[in-house]
Amino acid sequence: MSRYFTDEHEWIDVEGEIATVGITDYAQEQLGDIVFVELPAEGTAFEKGDDAAVVESVKAASDVYAPISGEVVETNSALEDEPALVNSDAEEDGWFFKLRVIDASELEGLMNEAAYKKFVASL
Amino acid sequence: MRYLPLTDTDRQDMLTVIGASSVDDLFVDVPAEARLPGKIAGLPDHASELAVERHMAALARKNLSAGEAPFFLGAGAYRHHVPASVDHLIQRGEFLTAYTPYQPEIAQGTLQVLFEFQTQVARLLGCDVANASMYDGSTACWEAIGMARRITKRGKAILSSGLHPHYVSVANTMAKFTGDALVHQAPTLDAAPDIDALIAGIDKDTSCVVVQYPDILGRIADLTPLADAAHAAGALLVAVVTEPVALGACRTPGHMGADIVVGEGQSIGVGLQFGGPYLGLFACKQKYVRQMPGRLCGETVDAAGKRGFVLTLSTREQHIRREKATSNICTNSGLCALAFSIHMTLLGEKGLRELAALNHALAVQAADRLARVPGVTLLNDSFFNEFTLILSKDAREVVRNLADKGVLGGVSLGRLFPDAPEIGNGLVVAVTETVTAEDIEAFAKALEEELA
Repeated sequence: MSRYFTDEHEWIDVEGEIATVGITDYAQEQLGDIVFVELPAEGTAFEKGDDAAVVESVKAASDVYAPISGEVVETNSALEDEPALVNSDAEEDGWFFKLRVIDASELEGLMNEAAYKKFVASL
Repeated sequence: MRYLPLTDTDRQDMLTVIGASSVDDLFVDVPAEARLPGKIAGLPDHASELAVERHMAALARKNLSAGEAPFFLGAGAYRHHVPASVDHLIQRGEFLTAYTPYQPEIAQGTLQVLFEFQTQVARLLGCDVANASMYDGSTACWEAIGMARRITKRGKAILSSGLHPHYVSVANTMAKFTGDALVHQAPTLDAAPDIDALIAGIDKDTSCVVVQYPDILGRIADLTPLADAAHAAGALLVAVVTEPVALGACRTPGHMGADIVVGEGQSIGVGLQFGGPYLGLFACKQKYVRQMPGRLCGETVDAAGKRGFVLTLSTREQHIRREKATSNICTNSGLCALAFSIHMTLLGEKGLRELAALNHALAVQAADRLARVPGVTLLNDSFFNEFTLILSKDAREVVRNLADKGVLGGVSLGRLFPDAPEIGNGLVVAVTETVTAEDIEAFAKALEEELA
Protein backbone atom coordinates (compact mmCIF):
# COMPACT_ATOMS: atom_id res chain seq x y z
CA MET A 1 0.00 0.00 0.00
CA SER A 2 1.28 3.48 -0.81
CA ARG A 3 0.30 6.79 0.77
CA TYR A 4 0.24 10.05 -1.18
CA PHE A 5 -0.41 13.66 -0.13
CA THR A 6 -1.81 16.72 -1.89
CA ASP A 7 -0.97 20.36 -1.38
CA GLU A 8 -4.62 20.82 -0.28
CA HIS A 9 -3.72 18.68 2.75
CA GLU A 10 -5.50 15.48 1.82
CA TRP A 11 -3.89 12.06 2.20
CA ILE A 12 -4.71 9.15 -0.05
CA ASP A 13 -3.95 5.47 0.47
CA VAL A 14 -4.11 3.26 -2.59
CA GLU A 15 -4.66 -0.46 -2.33
CA GLY A 16 -5.41 -2.20 -5.59
CA GLU A 17 -8.14 -0.15 -7.29
CA ILE A 18 -9.48 1.39 -4.06
CA ALA A 19 -8.19 4.69 -2.70
CA THR A 20 -8.99 5.90 0.83
CA VAL A 21 -9.06 9.68 1.33
CA GLY A 22 -8.83 11.83 4.46
CA ILE A 23 -7.35 15.11 5.62
CA THR A 24 -3.89 15.31 7.17
CA ASP A 25 -3.02 15.75 10.81
CA TYR A 26 -1.63 19.17 9.91
CA ALA A 27 -4.99 20.15 8.35
CA GLN A 28 -7.07 19.08 11.37
CA GLU A 29 -4.76 20.98 13.67
CA GLN A 30 -5.18 24.14 11.58
CA LEU A 31 -8.98 23.78 11.57
CA GLY A 32 -9.42 23.29 15.30
CA ASP A 33 -12.36 21.42 16.85
CA ILE A 34 -14.20 19.66 14.06
CA VAL A 35 -17.96 19.61 14.60
CA PHE A 36 -19.34 18.22 11.35
CA VAL A 37 -18.27 16.37 8.24
CA GLU A 38 -20.48 16.37 5.16
CA LEU A 39 -19.66 13.27 3.13
CA PRO A 40 -20.46 12.53 -0.52
CA ALA A 41 -23.17 10.04 -1.46
CA GLU A 42 -22.00 6.59 -2.43
CA GLY A 43 -21.94 6.22 -6.19
CA THR A 44 -20.97 9.85 -6.81
CA ALA A 45 -18.34 10.18 -9.52
CA PHE A 46 -15.62 12.80 -9.10
CA GLU A 47 -13.10 14.33 -11.44
CA LYS A 48 -9.76 15.11 -9.89
CA GLY A 49 -10.08 18.43 -8.01
CA ASP A 50 -13.89 18.36 -7.57
CA ASP A 51 -15.44 19.41 -4.25
CA ALA A 52 -15.99 16.06 -2.54
CA ALA A 53 -16.74 16.79 1.12
CA VAL A 54 -17.05 19.63 3.60
CA VAL A 55 -15.30 19.63 6.94
CA GLU A 56 -16.66 22.11 9.45
CA SER A 57 -14.89 23.33 12.55
CA VAL A 58 -16.10 25.91 15.04
CA LYS A 59 -14.16 28.47 13.00
CA ALA A 60 -14.80 27.63 9.36
CA ALA A 61 -16.31 25.26 6.84
CA SER A 62 -13.73 24.02 4.34
CA ASP A 63 -13.96 21.96 1.18
CA VAL A 64 -12.19 18.68 0.75
CA TYR A 65 -11.29 18.01 -2.87
CA ALA A 66 -11.08 14.72 -4.71
CA PRO A 67 -7.31 14.14 -5.04
CA ILE A 68 -7.86 11.85 -8.04
CA SER A 69 -10.82 10.94 -10.24
CA GLY A 70 -13.02 8.08 -9.12
CA GLU A 71 -16.38 6.84 -7.90
CA VAL A 72 -17.28 6.86 -4.22
CA VAL A 73 -17.67 3.27 -3.03
CA GLU A 74 -17.82 3.84 0.71
CA THR A 75 -17.98 6.71 3.22
CA ASN A 76 -16.92 6.74 6.87
CA SER A 77 -20.26 6.68 8.66
CA ALA A 78 -18.50 6.84 12.03
CA LEU A 79 -17.90 10.54 11.34
CA GLU A 80 -21.63 11.27 11.39
CA ASP A 81 -21.84 10.62 15.12
CA GLU A 82 -18.26 11.42 16.02
CA PRO A 83 -16.75 14.11 13.79
CA ALA A 84 -14.04 14.63 16.44
CA LEU A 85 -12.44 11.42 15.14
CA VAL A 86 -10.86 13.67 12.54
CA ASN A 87 -9.12 15.57 15.34
CA SER A 88 -8.05 12.51 17.29
CA ASP A 89 -7.03 10.25 14.41
CA ALA A 90 -7.02 12.19 11.16
CA GLU A 91 -4.80 9.84 9.20
CA GLU A 92 -6.38 6.49 10.22
CA ASP A 93 -9.89 6.16 11.76
CA GLY A 94 -10.80 9.68 10.66
CA TRP A 95 -10.81 8.82 6.92
CA PHE A 96 -13.55 10.40 4.81
CA PHE A 97 -14.36 8.25 1.78
CA LYS A 98 -13.10 5.51 -0.53
CA LEU A 99 -12.88 5.90 -4.28
CA ARG A 100 -12.61 3.36 -7.08
CA VAL A 101 -9.54 4.59 -8.96
CA ILE A 102 -10.11 5.33 -12.63
CA ASP A 103 -6.70 6.52 -13.73
CA ALA A 104 -3.72 5.51 -11.57
CA SER A 105 -1.45 7.87 -13.49
CA GLU A 106 -3.13 10.80 -11.67
CA LEU A 107 -1.23 9.70 -8.56
CA GLU A 108 2.07 10.57 -10.16
CA GLY A 109 1.87 14.30 -9.43
CA LEU A 110 1.16 13.79 -5.70
CA MET A 111 3.66 14.00 -2.85
CA ASN A 112 5.01 11.15 -0.74
CA GLU A 113 5.26 11.49 3.04
CA ALA A 114 8.75 13.00 3.05
CA ALA A 115 7.84 15.56 0.39
CA TYR A 116 4.64 16.51 2.24
CA LYS A 117 6.57 16.97 5.51
CA LYS A 118 8.95 19.27 3.70
CA PHE A 119 5.99 21.11 2.12
CA VAL A 120 4.32 21.65 5.51
CA ALA A 121 7.57 22.82 7.06
CA SER A 122 7.80 25.47 4.35
CA LEU A 123 4.33 26.91 5.16
CA MET B 1 -23.36 62.81 13.83
CA ARG B 2 -22.57 66.26 12.43
CA TYR B 3 -23.03 66.90 8.76
CA LEU B 4 -19.82 68.35 7.35
CA PRO B 5 -20.20 69.20 3.68
CA LEU B 6 -17.19 68.96 1.37
CA THR B 7 -15.65 72.02 -0.23
CA ASP B 8 -14.56 72.00 -3.85
CA THR B 9 -10.97 71.98 -2.60
CA ASP B 10 -11.67 68.86 -0.47
CA ARG B 11 -13.07 67.14 -3.52
CA GLN B 12 -10.16 68.13 -5.72
CA ASP B 13 -7.64 66.96 -3.12
CA MET B 14 -9.27 63.53 -2.94
CA LEU B 15 -9.45 63.20 -6.71
CA THR B 16 -5.77 64.11 -6.99
CA VAL B 17 -4.81 61.43 -4.45
CA ILE B 18 -6.64 58.69 -6.34
CA GLY B 19 -5.60 60.00 -9.74
CA ALA B 20 -9.02 60.86 -11.15
CA SER B 21 -9.79 64.09 -12.91
CA SER B 22 -13.47 64.33 -11.99
CA VAL B 23 -16.09 62.56 -9.92
CA ASP B 24 -17.66 61.31 -13.14
CA ASP B 25 -14.44 59.38 -13.83
CA LEU B 26 -15.34 57.14 -10.89
CA PHE B 27 -18.52 56.02 -12.65
CA VAL B 28 -17.13 55.21 -16.09
CA ASP B 29 -17.87 51.49 -15.56
CA VAL B 30 -21.59 52.19 -15.15
CA PRO B 31 -23.31 52.03 -18.55
CA ALA B 32 -24.53 55.44 -19.72
CA GLU B 33 -28.14 54.25 -20.04
CA ALA B 34 -28.16 53.22 -16.39
CA ARG B 35 -27.07 56.66 -15.21
CA LEU B 36 -29.29 59.59 -14.42
CA PRO B 37 -28.34 62.53 -16.61
CA GLY B 38 -28.36 65.90 -14.83
CA LYS B 39 -30.85 66.67 -12.10
CA ILE B 40 -34.04 64.92 -11.04
CA ALA B 41 -36.97 66.71 -12.64
CA GLY B 42 -39.08 68.68 -10.20
CA LEU B 43 -36.69 68.29 -7.26
CA PRO B 44 -35.11 71.58 -6.15
CA ASP B 45 -31.45 71.74 -5.15
CA HIS B 46 -32.35 72.89 -1.68
CA ALA B 47 -35.26 74.13 0.37
CA SER B 48 -35.62 75.43 3.92
CA GLU B 49 -36.35 72.92 6.67
CA LEU B 50 -39.75 74.46 7.35
CA ALA B 51 -40.69 74.29 3.68
CA VAL B 52 -39.64 70.63 3.51
CA GLU B 53 -41.65 69.81 6.65
CA ARG B 54 -44.75 71.47 5.23
CA HIS B 55 -44.34 69.75 1.89
CA MET B 56 -43.92 66.33 3.50
CA ALA B 57 -46.90 66.92 5.81
CA ALA B 58 -49.03 67.82 2.80
CA LEU B 59 -47.97 64.59 1.07
CA ALA B 60 -48.72 62.57 4.22
CA ARG B 61 -52.23 64.07 4.41
CA LYS B 62 -53.03 62.40 1.09
CA ASN B 63 -52.87 59.00 2.82
CA LEU B 64 -55.77 57.46 4.63
CA SER B 65 -53.78 55.69 7.33
CA ALA B 66 -54.62 52.47 9.11
CA GLY B 67 -55.36 54.23 12.40
CA GLU B 68 -57.78 56.73 10.89
CA ALA B 69 -60.46 54.50 9.40
CA PRO B 70 -62.16 51.13 9.86
CA PHE B 71 -59.32 48.90 8.65
CA PHE B 72 -59.74 45.41 7.14
CA LEU B 73 -56.54 44.93 5.15
CA GLY B 74 -54.36 41.87 5.60
CA ALA B 75 -52.99 39.52 2.92
CA GLY B 76 -49.60 39.22 4.54
CA ALA B 77 -49.40 42.45 6.57
CA TYR B 78 -51.66 42.84 9.59
CA ARG B 79 -52.64 45.67 11.87
CA HIS B 80 -52.34 44.50 15.45
CA HIS B 81 -52.07 46.43 18.65
CA VAL B 82 -48.44 46.66 19.72
CA PRO B 83 -48.01 47.71 23.35
CA ALA B 84 -46.16 51.02 23.77
CA SER B 85 -43.61 49.26 25.99
CA VAL B 86 -42.31 47.32 22.95
CA ASP B 87 -41.30 50.47 21.12
CA HIS B 88 -39.88 51.99 24.28
CA LEU B 89 -37.71 48.96 25.07
CA ILE B 90 -36.31 48.45 21.58
CA GLN B 91 -35.14 52.06 21.59
CA ARG B 92 -32.78 51.51 24.52
CA GLY B 93 -29.32 52.40 23.24
CA GLU B 94 -27.89 48.95 24.05
CA PHE B 95 -30.33 47.37 21.61
CA LEU B 96 -30.92 50.10 19.06
CA THR B 97 -27.29 50.78 18.22
CA ALA B 98 -25.92 47.22 18.40
CA TYR B 99 -24.34 46.11 15.17
CA THR B 100 -24.96 42.61 13.82
CA PRO B 101 -23.35 40.63 16.63
CA TYR B 102 -20.31 39.11 14.96
CA GLN B 103 -18.40 39.88 18.15
CA PRO B 104 -20.32 37.66 20.55
CA GLU B 105 -18.28 38.43 23.63
CA ILE B 106 -19.36 42.08 23.59
CA ALA B 107 -22.99 41.55 22.63
CA GLN B 108 -24.24 39.12 25.26
CA GLY B 109 -27.53 40.98 25.76
CA THR B 110 -28.32 40.96 22.05
CA LEU B 111 -27.35 37.30 21.79
CA GLN B 112 -29.56 36.36 24.74
CA VAL B 113 -32.48 38.10 23.04
CA LEU B 114 -31.81 36.20 19.81
CA PHE B 115 -31.65 32.94 21.76
CA GLU B 116 -35.01 33.65 23.36
CA PHE B 117 -36.43 34.75 19.99
CA GLN B 118 -35.37 31.44 18.44
CA THR B 119 -36.96 29.53 21.31
CA GLN B 120 -40.24 31.39 20.87
CA VAL B 121 -40.26 30.95 17.09
CA ALA B 122 -39.44 27.23 17.27
CA ARG B 123 -42.27 26.66 19.75
CA LEU B 124 -44.72 28.87 17.85
CA LEU B 125 -44.10 27.10 14.52
CA GLY B 126 -43.86 23.64 16.10
CA CYS B 127 -40.29 22.95 15.00
CA ASP B 128 -37.07 21.80 16.68
CA VAL B 129 -34.89 24.79 15.83
CA ALA B 130 -35.30 28.32 14.50
CA ASN B 131 -32.72 30.79 13.23
CA ALA B 132 -32.44 34.47 14.09
CA SER B 133 -33.63 35.72 11.65
CA MET B 134 -34.52 36.50 8.01
CA TYR B 135 -35.48 39.70 6.18
CA ASP B 136 -39.17 38.93 5.73
CA GLY B 137 -41.65 36.17 4.97
CA SER B 138 -41.14 36.18 1.21
CA THR B 139 -37.35 35.83 1.32
CA ALA B 140 -37.63 33.23 4.08
CA CYS B 141 -39.99 31.29 1.79
CA TRP B 142 -37.46 31.38 -1.03
CA GLU B 143 -34.65 30.32 1.33
CA ALA B 144 -36.77 27.31 2.34
CA ILE B 145 -37.07 26.28 -1.32
CA GLY B 146 -33.31 26.56 -1.72
CA MET B 147 -32.76 24.57 1.45
CA ALA B 148 -35.08 21.80 0.20
CA ARG B 149 -33.03 21.66 -3.00
CA ARG B 150 -29.81 21.26 -1.03
CA ILE B 151 -31.29 18.51 1.14
CA THR B 152 -33.07 16.49 -1.56
CA LYS B 153 -30.70 17.36 -4.43
CA ARG B 154 -33.81 17.88 -6.56
CA GLY B 155 -34.79 21.10 -8.26
CA LYS B 156 -38.57 21.18 -8.69
CA ALA B 157 -40.71 22.96 -6.13
CA ILE B 158 -44.51 22.83 -6.22
CA LEU B 159 -46.09 26.01 -4.88
CA SER B 160 -49.67 25.98 -3.63
CA SER B 161 -52.14 28.22 -5.43
CA GLY B 162 -52.91 29.57 -1.96
CA LEU B 163 -49.37 30.91 -1.50
CA HIS B 164 -49.14 34.70 -1.35
CA PRO B 165 -48.52 35.86 -4.95
CA HIS B 166 -45.76 38.24 -3.85
CA TYR B 167 -43.96 35.28 -2.26
CA VAL B 168 -44.34 33.41 -5.57
CA SER B 169 -42.97 36.44 -7.35
CA VAL B 170 -39.87 36.58 -5.12
CA ALA B 171 -39.31 32.84 -5.66
CA ASN B 172 -39.64 33.24 -9.44
CA THR B 173 -37.07 36.02 -9.46
CA MET B 174 -34.58 33.97 -7.46
CA ALA B 175 -35.23 30.78 -9.43
CA LYS B 176 -34.13 32.56 -12.60
CA PHE B 177 -30.61 32.49 -11.20
CA THR B 178 -30.59 29.09 -9.49
CA GLY B 179 -32.39 27.08 -12.15
CA ASP B 180 -35.07 25.75 -9.79
CA ALA B 181 -38.26 24.81 -11.59
CA LEU B 182 -41.32 26.25 -9.85
CA VAL B 183 -44.78 24.82 -10.49
CA HIS B 184 -47.58 27.19 -9.58
CA GLN B 185 -51.17 27.99 -10.50
CA ALA B 186 -53.28 30.98 -9.52
CA PRO B 187 -56.10 30.14 -7.08
CA THR B 188 -59.69 29.43 -7.93
CA LEU B 189 -62.59 30.57 -5.79
CA ASP B 190 -63.03 27.20 -4.10
CA ALA B 191 -63.89 26.81 -0.45
CA ALA B 192 -61.39 23.96 -0.10
CA PRO B 193 -57.62 24.50 -0.29
CA ASP B 194 -55.72 22.75 -3.11
CA ILE B 195 -54.26 19.91 -1.00
CA ASP B 196 -55.41 17.08 -3.32
CA ALA B 197 -54.02 18.82 -6.40
CA LEU B 198 -50.70 19.37 -4.62
CA ILE B 199 -50.50 15.70 -3.66
CA ALA B 200 -51.26 14.68 -7.24
CA GLY B 201 -48.43 16.88 -8.50
CA ILE B 202 -45.67 15.34 -6.37
CA ASP B 203 -43.18 13.22 -8.30
CA LYS B 204 -39.63 11.91 -8.00
CA ASP B 205 -38.14 15.24 -9.08
CA THR B 206 -40.01 17.25 -6.45
CA SER B 207 -37.78 18.90 -3.85
CA CYS B 208 -40.64 20.34 -1.82
CA VAL B 209 -44.26 21.36 -1.71
CA VAL B 210 -44.80 24.89 -0.43
CA VAL B 211 -48.15 25.56 1.19
CA GLN B 212 -49.42 28.61 3.04
CA TYR B 213 -51.31 28.18 6.32
CA PRO B 214 -53.83 29.81 6.59
CA ASP B 215 -53.61 30.51 2.87
CA ILE B 216 -54.00 33.74 0.91
CA LEU B 217 -57.78 33.30 0.79
CA GLY B 218 -57.89 32.56 4.53
CA ARG B 219 -58.51 28.83 4.06
CA ILE B 220 -57.13 26.36 6.60
CA ALA B 221 -56.20 22.78 5.76
CA ASP B 222 -54.95 19.77 7.68
CA LEU B 223 -51.43 19.48 6.29
CA THR B 224 -50.84 15.93 7.55
CA PRO B 225 -51.82 14.09 4.33
CA LEU B 226 -49.69 16.50 2.30
CA ALA B 227 -46.68 15.94 4.59
CA ASP B 228 -47.14 12.16 4.32
CA ALA B 229 -47.40 12.29 0.52
CA ALA B 230 -44.33 14.51 0.22
CA HIS B 231 -42.27 12.30 2.51
CA ALA B 232 -43.34 9.14 0.69
CA ALA B 233 -41.89 10.64 -2.50
CA GLY B 234 -38.68 11.80 -0.81
CA ALA B 235 -39.76 15.44 -0.91
CA LEU B 236 -40.11 17.96 1.91
CA LEU B 237 -43.10 19.95 3.09
CA VAL B 238 -42.49 23.68 3.47
CA ALA B 239 -45.24 25.58 5.30
CA VAL B 240 -45.55 29.36 5.13
CA VAL B 241 -47.31 31.33 7.86
CA THR B 242 -48.06 34.97 7.10
CA GLU B 243 -50.22 35.52 10.19
CA PRO B 244 -48.41 33.98 13.18
CA VAL B 245 -51.20 35.01 15.57
CA ALA B 246 -53.19 32.18 13.92
CA LEU B 247 -50.90 29.71 15.65
CA GLY B 248 -52.36 30.81 18.97
CA ALA B 249 -55.50 28.98 17.87
CA CYS B 250 -54.57 26.51 15.11
CA ARG B 251 -52.35 23.42 15.11
CA THR B 252 -48.78 24.27 14.15
CA PRO B 253 -47.44 23.21 10.74
CA GLY B 254 -44.52 21.50 12.47
CA HIS B 255 -46.87 19.23 14.39
CA MET B 256 -48.60 18.34 11.12
CA GLY B 257 -45.31 17.11 9.66
CA ALA B 258 -43.87 20.17 7.90
CA ASP B 259 -40.07 19.88 7.59
CA ILE B 260 -39.42 23.59 7.23
CA VAL B 261 -41.79 26.27 8.52
CA VAL B 262 -41.23 29.88 7.54
CA GLY B 263 -43.26 32.95 8.19
CA GLU B 264 -43.72 36.66 8.36
CA GLY B 265 -43.34 37.84 11.96
CA GLN B 266 -44.70 41.36 11.38
CA SER B 267 -47.96 40.65 13.24
CA ILE B 268 -46.17 40.38 16.55
CA GLY B 269 -44.35 43.48 17.74
CA VAL B 270 -43.78 45.07 14.34
CA GLY B 271 -46.14 47.67 12.89
CA LEU B 272 -47.38 47.91 9.31
CA GLN B 273 -44.68 50.53 8.53
CA PHE B 274 -45.78 51.01 4.91
CA GLY B 275 -44.46 47.53 4.07
CA GLY B 276 -41.20 47.19 5.96
CA PRO B 277 -38.85 46.52 7.57
CA TYR B 278 -40.51 43.23 8.45
CA LEU B 279 -39.25 40.03 10.02
CA GLY B 280 -38.72 36.61 8.45
CA LEU B 281 -39.23 33.55 10.63
CA PHE B 282 -37.42 30.34 9.75
CA ALA B 283 -37.58 27.00 11.58
CA CYS B 284 -36.98 23.37 10.70
CA LYS B 285 -36.46 19.86 11.97
CA GLN B 286 -33.20 19.32 13.86
CA LYS B 287 -31.83 16.91 11.25
CA TYR B 288 -31.80 19.63 8.59
CA VAL B 289 -30.18 22.32 10.72
CA ARG B 290 -26.87 22.34 8.79
CA GLN B 291 -28.64 23.27 5.58
CA MET B 292 -30.45 26.16 7.25
CA PRO B 293 -29.54 29.65 6.01
CA GLY B 294 -28.41 32.35 8.41
CA ARG B 295 -27.08 31.67 11.86
CA LEU B 296 -28.24 30.42 15.20
CA CYS B 297 -27.48 31.67 18.63
CA GLY B 298 -26.56 28.93 21.08
CA GLU B 299 -26.34 28.78 24.84
CA THR B 300 -23.10 27.51 26.34
CA VAL B 301 -20.79 27.95 29.34
CA ASP B 302 -17.50 29.79 29.36
CA ALA B 303 -14.20 28.54 30.79
CA ALA B 304 -15.36 29.56 34.26
CA GLY B 305 -18.61 27.65 33.91
CA LYS B 306 -20.77 30.77 33.54
CA ARG B 307 -23.72 30.80 31.15
CA GLY B 308 -23.01 32.58 27.89
CA PHE B 309 -24.42 32.94 24.38
CA VAL B 310 -22.59 32.53 21.12
CA LEU B 311 -23.43 32.52 17.43
CA THR B 312 -23.09 29.09 15.96
CA LEU B 313 -23.46 27.49 12.54
CA SER B 314 -22.38 30.74 10.97
CA THR B 315 -19.34 29.03 9.45
CA ARG B 316 -21.23 28.52 6.21
CA GLU B 317 -22.26 32.12 5.89
CA GLN B 318 -21.17 34.59 3.29
CA HIS B 319 -18.64 36.44 5.39
CA ILE B 320 -16.69 33.22 5.97
CA ARG B 321 -17.47 31.01 3.01
CA ARG B 322 -17.88 33.54 0.23
CA GLU B 323 -19.43 32.19 -2.96
CA LYS B 324 -19.88 28.73 -1.45
CA ALA B 325 -22.07 30.05 1.39
CA THR B 326 -25.32 28.25 2.17
CA SER B 327 -27.24 31.35 1.08
CA ASN B 328 -26.54 35.00 0.41
CA ILE B 329 -28.55 36.09 3.44
CA CYS B 330 -25.84 37.91 5.35
CA THR B 331 -27.70 39.80 8.00
CA ASN B 332 -30.99 39.64 9.85
CA SER B 333 -33.83 41.81 11.07
CA GLY B 334 -32.34 42.08 14.54
CA LEU B 335 -34.37 44.98 15.87
CA CYS B 336 -37.64 43.58 14.49
CA ALA B 337 -36.75 40.22 16.06
CA LEU B 338 -36.25 42.03 19.35
CA ALA B 339 -39.65 43.71 19.02
CA PHE B 340 -41.22 40.33 18.24
CA SER B 341 -39.57 38.78 21.25
CA ILE B 342 -40.60 41.52 23.66
CA HIS B 343 -44.20 41.52 22.43
CA MET B 344 -44.32 37.73 22.61
CA THR B 345 -42.90 37.80 26.13
CA LEU B 346 -45.50 40.36 27.21
CA LEU B 347 -48.27 38.19 25.77
CA GLY B 348 -47.06 34.87 27.11
CA GLU B 349 -48.64 31.62 25.96
CA LYS B 350 -51.97 32.39 27.57
CA GLY B 351 -52.01 35.91 26.16
CA LEU B 352 -51.28 34.66 22.65
CA ARG B 353 -54.13 32.15 22.89
CA GLU B 354 -56.48 34.89 24.14
CA LEU B 355 -55.36 37.27 21.40
CA ALA B 356 -55.98 34.56 18.81
CA ALA B 357 -59.42 33.80 20.26
CA LEU B 358 -60.32 37.49 20.17
CA ASN B 359 -59.18 37.83 16.55
CA HIS B 360 -61.20 34.80 15.53
CA ALA B 361 -64.33 35.87 17.40
CA LEU B 362 -64.30 39.32 15.79
CA ALA B 363 -63.62 37.80 12.37
CA VAL B 364 -66.62 35.47 12.75
CA GLN B 365 -68.77 38.42 13.77
CA ALA B 366 -67.59 40.40 10.73
CA ALA B 367 -67.99 37.48 8.31
CA ASP B 368 -71.57 36.88 9.54
CA ARG B 369 -72.49 40.53 9.14
CA LEU B 370 -70.81 41.04 5.76
CA ALA B 371 -72.28 37.83 4.34
CA ARG B 372 -75.74 39.32 4.95
CA VAL B 373 -74.99 42.21 2.60
CA PRO B 374 -76.90 41.65 -0.68
CA GLY B 375 -74.43 40.73 -3.43
CA VAL B 376 -71.91 39.16 -1.04
CA THR B 377 -71.06 35.46 -0.65
CA LEU B 378 -68.63 34.17 1.96
CA LEU B 379 -66.16 31.77 0.33
CA ASN B 380 -64.65 30.08 3.39
CA ASP B 381 -66.20 27.37 5.48
CA SER B 382 -63.34 27.76 7.96
CA PHE B 383 -60.94 30.62 8.65
CA PHE B 384 -58.94 32.30 11.40
CA ASN B 385 -58.99 36.11 11.18
CA GLU B 386 -59.07 36.47 7.42
CA PHE B 387 -61.63 35.33 4.87
CA THR B 388 -62.64 35.90 1.27
CA LEU B 389 -65.87 37.50 0.12
CA ILE B 390 -67.15 37.02 -3.42
CA LEU B 391 -68.80 40.23 -4.53
CA SER B 392 -71.32 40.85 -7.27
CA LYS B 393 -68.79 43.08 -9.08
CA ASP B 394 -65.04 43.65 -9.49
CA ALA B 395 -63.53 44.07 -6.06
CA ARG B 396 -60.82 46.52 -7.14
CA GLU B 397 -63.42 49.15 -7.92
CA VAL B 398 -65.30 48.38 -4.71
CA VAL B 399 -62.14 48.83 -2.60
CA ARG B 400 -61.44 52.22 -4.20
CA ASN B 401 -64.99 53.43 -3.63
CA LEU B 402 -64.99 52.17 -0.02
CA ALA B 403 -61.78 54.15 0.62
CA ASP B 404 -63.58 57.26 -0.67
CA LYS B 405 -66.27 56.52 1.92
CA GLY B 406 -63.60 56.29 4.66
CA VAL B 407 -63.46 52.49 4.98
CA LEU B 408 -60.32 50.49 4.17
CA GLY B 409 -62.21 47.40 3.17
CA GLY B 410 -59.78 44.60 2.37
CA VAL B 411 -57.46 43.56 -0.45
CA SER B 412 -58.99 42.71 -3.82
CA LEU B 413 -57.88 39.53 -5.57
CA GLY B 414 -57.64 41.54 -8.78
CA ARG B 415 -54.87 43.54 -7.15
CA LEU B 416 -53.12 40.44 -5.82
CA PHE B 417 -53.54 38.39 -9.02
CA PRO B 418 -53.67 40.87 -11.92
CA ASP B 419 -53.32 38.01 -14.43
CA ALA B 420 -56.36 36.09 -13.17
CA PRO B 421 -59.44 38.21 -14.00
CA GLU B 422 -61.75 35.26 -13.30
CA ILE B 423 -61.21 35.75 -9.56
CA GLY B 424 -61.45 39.54 -9.72
CA ASN B 425 -64.65 39.64 -7.68
CA GLY B 426 -62.87 38.21 -4.65
CA LEU B 427 -62.11 40.42 -1.66
CA VAL B 428 -59.78 39.27 1.12
CA VAL B 429 -60.88 40.73 4.46
CA ALA B 430 -58.76 40.66 7.63
CA VAL B 431 -60.18 41.30 11.09
CA THR B 432 -57.90 41.77 14.08
CA GLU B 433 -58.35 42.83 17.69
CA THR B 434 -58.12 46.47 16.53
CA VAL B 435 -61.48 46.19 14.75
CA THR B 436 -64.56 47.30 16.71
CA ALA B 437 -68.23 46.41 16.30
CA GLU B 438 -68.76 49.94 14.94
CA ASP B 439 -66.02 49.38 12.34
CA ILE B 440 -67.76 46.19 11.16
CA GLU B 441 -71.09 47.99 10.92
CA ALA B 442 -69.52 50.90 9.02
CA PHE B 443 -67.91 48.46 6.58
CA ALA B 444 -71.18 46.54 6.07
CA LYS B 445 -73.16 49.75 5.49
CA ALA B 446 -70.62 51.12 3.02
CA LEU B 447 -70.54 47.79 1.18
CA GLU B 448 -74.37 47.74 1.03
CA GLU B 449 -74.35 51.17 -0.61
CA GLU B 450 -71.60 50.18 -2.99
CA LEU B 451 -73.24 46.94 -4.17
CA ALA B 452 -76.80 48.30 -4.27
